[in-house]
Amino acid sequence: MSFETATEKKVIVFQLKDEEFAVSVQQIGSIERIQTITRVPNTAKFVKGVINLRGIVTPIIDLRSRLGIEETDYNESTRIIIVYLDDMEVGLIVDAANDVIDISTDIIEPAPEVIGVVNQDYIEGVAKLEKRLLILLDLRRILTTEEISELKTVEGQ
Amino acid sequence: MDTTQYLDVFIDESNEHIEALYQKLLELEKNPNEKAIIEDIFRSAHTLKGMSATMGYNDLATLTHTLENVFDAIRYDRVHVQSEMIDLLVETVDHLNTMVEDIASGGNGSLNISDVAKQLEMLEKRQLNVVADSTSEQEKGFINTSSTFTDIDEFELSILNESHERGFQNYEITVQLREDCLLKGARVFMVFEVLEHLGEVIKSVPSVSNLEEENFDYTFSVILVSNQNSKEITEKIKKVSEIDSVQINPFSVTNYRVSKESKSAVKENVDNPINKEGPKTKEQQEHSKNQHKTIRVNIEKLDVLMNLFEELIIDRGRLEQISSDLKNADLQESVERMTRVSSDLQNIILTMRMVPIDQVFSRFPRMVRKLARDLNKEVDIEIIGANTELDRTVIDEIGDPIVHLLRNAIDHGIETPEERMQKGKPEKGTIKLKAYHSGNHVFIEIEDDGAGINKEKVLSKALANDLLTERESEALTEQQIFELIMESGFSTADKISDISGRGVGLDVVKNTIESLGGSISIDSELEKGSIFSVQLPLTLTIISVLLVELNKEKYAIPLSSIIETAIVSREQIFSAHHKKVIDFRGKVVPIVNLKDVFGIPNTNVDEEYTSIVIVKKGEKMAALVVDSFIGQQEVVLKSLGSYLSNIFAISGATILGDGQVALIIDSNAIIK
Repeated sequence: MSFETATEKKVIVFQLKDEEFAVSVQQIGSIERIQTITRVPNTAKFVKGVINLRGIVTPIIDLRSRLGIEETDYNESTRIIIVYLDDMEVGLIVDAANDVIDISTDIIEPAPEVIGVVNQDYIEGVAKLEKRLLILLDLRRILTTEEISELKTVEGQ
Repeated sequence: MDTTQYLDVFIDESNEHIEALYQKLLELEKNPNEKAIIEDIFRSAHTLKGMSATMGYNDLATLTHTLENVFDAIRYDRVHVQSEMIDLLVETVDHLNTMVEDIASGGNGSLNISDVAKQLEMLEKRQLNVVADSTSEQEKGFINTSSTFTDIDEFELSILNESHERGFQNYEITVQLREDCLLKGARVFMVFEVLEHLGEVIKSVPSVSNLEEENFDYTFSVILVSNQNSKEITEKIKKVSEIDSVQINPFSVTNYRVSKESKSAVKENVDNPINKEGPKTKEQQEHSKNQHKTIRVNIEKLDVLMNLFEELIIDRGRLEQISSDLKNADLQESVERMTRVSSDLQNIILTMRMVPIDQVFSRFPRMVRKLARDLNKEVDIEIIGANTELDRTVIDEIGDPIVHLLRNAIDHGIETPEERMQKGKPEKGTIKLKAYHSGNHVFIEIEDDGAGINKEKVLSKALANDLLTERESEALTEQQIFELIMESGFSTADKISDISGRGVGLDVVKNTIESLGGSISIDSELEKGSIFSVQLPLTLTIISVLLVELNKEKYAIPLSSIIETAIVSREQIFSAHHKKVIDFRGKVVPIVNLKDVFGIPNTNVDEEYTSIVIVKKGEKMAALVVDSFIGQQEVVLKSLGSYLSNIFAISGATILGDGQVALIIDSNAIIK
């Protein structure tokens, strides 16, 4: 029966710097073009502010900044990926949204000790495809609200 | 039966019935002989019993059943309503409430109710014994013959009534199986099969499911509607083997009603119920007339509706812009019409979210009653304007502050009966709770006819607690002195009155009300009483704001916290303790630069004129420096979402006409 455990998982692949990341489509609400963001003061540096997403005020974070990659200017290919986690709705700014693919869960491996520039804590695992390496993000760790206030107090000092 | 999907409805409705029970019990105390109230209570208890039994909450069903019995007894004058009785009944409803709360929080609603149930039964039985003596033998016999069926519901009765009109007969059939019968279930099935051929089985005791599971001794009874005569029916049933005996009697609906009532009726004759029928149905008609036609709508759906509507408003703004640019008459006309329709729509959506303040007020009579008892005082509460409507969000928040104010009035306002006698007042104190609309606000007044506030005592205490200096105190108006009791440092030390001191929690009340964008004021006359008036905005979701600009960023300041706006020149700004201040109408007000608060680079450091917004938090004020004022606007308050909660000095956001988000400033957080 073991072959049955290898189920397919649909993920959205997006680009940050030179690496490809993936998040399960189940957690994604929509993908938006970059739009005017209203800055929210006194928050962590990676919180870029809020946007009006069809009548709902939605917080936006810069995923590069959140993962400790240097920020760049936004351009035509920049996208905001709206993700849902519990009762939170947050937009993640990424360099580009590449495609939607099915990956088999048995090719997902735990994150190796050293992987690119991203802190291992935020990684759920990696999936090796023929010529690509997808980093699966752990949204729960990325969207922890504790860090906002922690960083806030640091900034406040 | 899987009942989980009905749980929410069950809890909602149970709460409504419990609320109604509380309310009616208190009314009953005032008018112990009012039949309409007793009927209402009986009906609520009966419905509650039915619902909880269906949902499988047995304790709840048992207790409501006992309660129902008591009211059945009251209904027919076997028991007379007395004050002690009300205590017990209120306690019973308290228990019901606890159970329903338990169910609501995921429990099974079980509670040890034997004590209360026993007391209730005694209440009912004590009088029943007397009754039994006076009941004639004939009546007793009558009851015995028809007592098998005691809970035929209205629907079933109506079928039985109809059948009679159509020339069918109603029979009550009791079948006794032989004691050596092995397959009781099978025999029952066979009897039912025979019966189904003969007519229609309306009801059986025990219930069909119990019969199928063989949960009965050897006898069972059914009500059958049939056009066959009784002899034929008996014959046909007897063809089923292992049957001991079959008893068949005509079943009469009127007799059923009569027996049900005479079973409990004491002094009423058997023919009386027919007379009774008249006024009773009339009451029911009146009752149903008073009920509004409503449907339940999940509040989330209303929120969604509101969101969609706001999108429409934003698009409308764009359309208006485009039509004025294009100057096409037809387009302009239809856009104007759309504007009118959408403002009507907005009104309707807003009123849909409004609920009567009665939701909060209805629990107060019970609370006041209990509190007055605990304190050995006599207090009447008079509620005026309970149908005043307020936005749902405000309703949820104001309950606690008003409870505080009521407690305060009972505890410290109203004197003991002895004191009141000495003062020449009626022994019973009165608290008036009044709600009414005025403009865009709702006013709630709590008025007591108690001792009033002693100005000198308040002043000397405020001075003792260093809330103000002697010189400041001289300039205070009467109202300002009263309002000192709501200052946070006021009642920390010793106490003005014996129990908790006027002022406990009042600072909390004041803060809560102000955080809702409202205000509170006090008026009082010594020995005559006090009035606490609370002013609240109609809705929390739509607020009036002043839009201001800070380096191209737009922020909104709620008008409720603004005193005024001003432009001051450089000479009017002073330095005190290294802080910038201005002199505002004789008061020294600190200047807060919003750009510093919000981390906006300060470009125009040394300008000749500065725009300021004077905001208040209670008595304290601050002058907020902004770049420019954009204007006043009604906006829809939105939360920043749970990811960004607790942002310093930001209470929420709003979407402006151009679709951009503007943050709303929480000036309460800025003023320390």
